[in-house]
Amino acid sequence: MASQAETRPPAAVAASLAPPQAREYEGMLSMTWRHFRRHKMAVAGLVVLALIILMIVFAPLITPYDPNASNLKDQLQGPSISHIFGTNQLGQDLFTRVLYGGRISLTIAAAAVLLAIVIGTLVGAIAGYYSGITDNLLMRATDTMLAIPRLLILILLTQLLRDRQLLGMKSGSIVPIILVIGLLSWMGVARLVRAQFLSLKEKEFTEAARSSGAGSGRIIIRHLLPNAISPVIVAASLAVAAAIITESGLSYLGFGVQPPTATWGNMLKDGQSQMTYAPWVAVFPGLMIFITVIAINYIGDGLRDALDPRHVN
Amino acid sequence: MTRYVIRRLLEAIPLLLIISILVFAMTNALPSGLMGAYESNPNITKEDLVRLQEQLGLNTPVHIKYMNWLNNVLHGDLGYSLVERRPVVDMIKERLPNTLYLGFTAFIVSLLIAIPLGILAAKKQYSIFDHIATTFAFMGQSIPIFWLGLLLIIVFNVYIKNPFTGKPLFPGGGMYTIGAPFSIPDRLWYLVLPVTMLALVQVAVYMRYLRSSMLDVIHQDYIRTARAKGLRENVVTNRHALKNALLPLVTIIGLEISALVVGAVFTETIFSWPGMGRLFVNSAALGDYNVLMAIIMLSAIFVIAFNLITDITYAFLDPRIQYQ
Repeated sequence: MASQAETRPPAAVAASLAPPQAREYEGMLSMTWRHFRRHKMAVAGLVVLALIILMIVFAPLITPYDPNASNLKDQLQGPSISHIFGTNQLGQDLFTRVLYGGRISLTIAAAAVLLAIVIGTLVGAIAGYYSGITDNLLMRATDTMLAIPRLLILILLTQLLRDRQLLGMKSGSIVPIILVIGLLSWMGVARLVRAQFLSLKEKEFTEAARSSGAGSGRIIIRHLLPNAISPVIVAASLAVAAAIITESGLSYLGFGVQPPTATWGNMLKDGQSQMTYAPWVAVFPGLMIFITVIAINYIGDGLRDALDPRHVN
Repeated sequence: MTRYVIRRLLEAIPLLLIISILVFAMTNALPSGLMGAYESNPNITKEDLVRLQEQLGLNTPVHIKYMNWLNNVLHGDLGYSLVERRPVVDMIKERLPNTLYLGFTAFIVSLLIAIPLGILAAKKQYSIFDHIATTFAFMGQSIPIFWLGLLLIIVFNVYIKNPFTGKPLFPGGGMYTIGAPFSIPDRLWYLVLPVTMLALVQVAVYMRYLRSSMLDVIHQDYIRTARAKGLRENVVTNRHALKNALLPLVTIIGLEISALVVGAVFTETIFSWPGMGRLFVNSAALGDYNVLMAIIMLSAIFVIAFNLITDITYAFLDPRIQYQ
């Protein structure tokens, strides 16, 4: 490289030196985007996810039907131009229900992951920063949570919260599912953040902050957290995909959100009983889950590459 | 090593106790579907109801119930099922073999497919085969497994028929033809779809892991040395590289085996397979807490045991790892 530069005229050398210098001041966001763009599948995933979210948000403008209005003369029609995903046994338009169901499914997934990230970051930050007995206790709690079979507890807790109508919840409420998924998904994030904190707190900049009089709270929030955030972002994106599958799985087994509120999971459950004569009722909601999850997973993959600190600018 | 194992086993005791207390509190708070059925029965008077609750021990305070339960479990008694009115031990003895039979078949099939695919994908990194394999793995990890099961039934049970008999190509549920005498082909025929459902996803996971650990190993110096010595490529791959690349897979396999006991909840539900997972789902809906407790504790014991077994296996396979 060096010998090449020497043979070039001085102006070209100056030009080739300029961009890296400019890049040194490049913000985290634009740098991440620059790396992210190179991952073709991740960009495709982003486009697909954006389209799905737009369709879900603007559902009333896209489809003329009411998701819950039954229309008995249009029962169990196969996919056609007026009903592109067909209709179910109540004559409800499945495309409409998939869009409105997506609102519920995606809201649950996003809220549950937010909860998991907050708990996980808190536990991981405290454990990693204070170490000693605090760390030991918190990590034991994390290990206990990991030893319990997750799906079984999910089933048990959703059933419990719904049947007992705890916390003043109505039976159609999505809050129990959000709480349950969130409370059972923070362990991975806690371990990630703890590992980051363990190494970050030994770094010089932490020492510098401490010697300039910053308290523990300030060091954690202003100095350690921003540096530990990259792996959490990646974990969060993958966790949203996992939460969509978890929610739809629970609803599919009959423990999630109850009908008539449509979610992708309970639409699948509904379709199962009719798959011998009306397979489309089960196929399309599942296809939506699959497409959304794969798009989010590719985005997570792209983010992992883009946020990798080993990148050389 | 012995001291390490003993310490780990001792550590497991408080862990299991804590889990059992947490889960006991949850399962006992479930409203019993059974009492609901009695309450709506007009032939049962209020007095009968109270007596029934007393008999079933539903009115005992929860901490006393827990001590009783713990005492019984330590004496090998898992209690009675409220729904089936028979010992939980008997129910588990019936269900566990079915679950393991399905789980282990799927597990072995997955490994047999995933190992050669993983090796090949790593050896031909960035080839078309590698791209197809990694895309397949990505899809396998993103597909909702219950939807995959439904698709398999729609395609191979509803649409594709056996050209000779006109019946569905594969059965859509159950373990064997009811009423028919025991025969191995019949059993295998019923295994095809549930095993395919489980294996498609597991192959994706194992293959991805093996590919990346194979890629790590292939670029090590000792592999170059082996090639430089003039060893045949097969020997280098199978003897030198694969042995080391399989190490990380041990962890995943340990986790998977410990999960086998609970069974594949979705697969068993979709294919009406009389196993542990389906038993759990049905018991949760009915609030049959003794059954729920037994299944969860069994599963937690297996998770902890296989964590330990995995660590020991690791130390055995990789002499660089030392436990104190």
